Amino acid sequence: MDFNLTFWGQTIAMIVFVWFCMKFIWPPIVGALEERQKQIEAGLAAADLGQEKLLEAQAKAEGIVDDARKQATGILDQAHARANEIVADGKADGVKERERQLTAAKAEIEQEANRAREELRGQVSAIAIASAEKILRREIDDRAHEDILGKLAQEL
Amino acid sequence: MAAEGGHGPQTSSEYITHHLQNLQVCKTETGEWIWNQCAGNPMAINVDSMFWSISLGMLFCFLFWRVARKSSVSKPTKFQALVEILVEFVDGSVKDTFHGRSRLIAPLGLTIFVWVFLMNFMDLVPVDWIPELAKLLGVPYMKVVPSTDVNVTFGMSMAVFVLILYYTHKFKGPLGLVKDLTMHPIAPPTKGLGLIAAPIIIAFNLILETVALLAKPVSLSLRLFGNMFAGELIFILIALMGLYQLPLHFGWAAFHLLIVTLQAFIFMMLTIVYLSLASESH
Repeated sequence: MDFNLTFWGQTIAMIVFVWFCMKFIWPPIVGALEERQKQIEAGLAAADLGQEKLLEAQAKAEGIVDDARKQATGILDQAHARANEIVADGKADGVKERERQLTAAKAEIEQEANRAREELRGQVSAIAIASAEKILRREIDDRAHEDILGKLAQEL
Repeated sequence: MAAEGGHGPQTSSEYITHHLQNLQVCKTETGEWIWNQCAGNPMAINVDSMFWSISLGMLFCFLFWRVARKSSVSKPTKFQALVEILVEFVDGSVKDTFHGRSRLIAPLGLTIFVWVFLMNFMDLVPVDWIPELAKLLGVPYMKVVPSTDVNVTFGMSMAVFVLILYYTHKFKGPLGLVKDLTMHPIAPPTKGLGLIAAPIIIAFNLILETVALLAKPVSLSLRLFGNMFAGELIFILIALMGLYQLPLHFGWAAFHLLIVTLQAFIFMMLTIVYLSLASESH
């Protein structure tokens, strides 16, 4: 219980330990704590920012998909219209072709008919001449009427 | 060294006395250093108190320094987390109480808290283990709880007392201490007839405030010393009871664990409070 040198020893020891703590222990630990606080703060801010960016990107993506859908619908409509147009064009062409062929056929038929008529006329006149010849041969001299017959044949 | 060692204590009273005796070395009037016959000698050193106190202080410094050196921001180890809890606890206590700016007070609080806790914690080592071991090694006395030594607690409160004076001087100027001692708690009148009473009031203030100032380190150290000494004494008394000591010892140890922590906290907290009182004007 007596006071002695231990008293001073303890005071000196305390000064040394407190100095050591103040110099080498406290600053690094508190520094690490503050650094961690900053990092956590920065991390949370970054997370918030990321969330915002994500929402933004989602909205953007939705817009893009909408646009694409609209475009696709447009293209589809155009394609339908074009197809109808092509079909209509085809029909018109067909009609024209048919008419063209029809007229060609008619013309040909006309020609054939004319030719046949011509031929028929030739044959009829030949028959007529032949029959006239036969009749005349019986009654008239060929020579006497040759010029008339020749004229007649030419007129036919 | 083995002047009184060699034979075990016989009676209860001898047992207790033996346990409460420090291992001392002192310088006699003739100038030579002798062991254990130092009663009343102011040049004695309590070797055991100093040994355990400094060892535990160094243990604190080493453990915390190792954490501080490798302290990692993103990947703290478990021990680092423990140290950080203590640091934040002390830092919070300081910031709640002390509003000035000081680089000293928080590390001071941490050192006091952990060091006093470690010294108090030696009380929970069964009372005979270390003394008996020491006896085997030829050391006759070994008091292992430094905070049951009044020199140790007063040594620490002395440092706190000096800091109180230093902070008063630093924050309130050279006249601050004089003002603190004379102008409170009753403000002396400055005009009129009251001037006659002023010297009496100042004298009254001076006596009151001086006692209050001196009471701070005394109460600080005696509180710690008293608690730890009483706790240690009860452990010794329980140890005298033979087989019945086991449940009692356990019960008291569990209870004492609270005292150990609480006293370390109180010592730290009062140090902070005293220093903040010294640095703030009323």
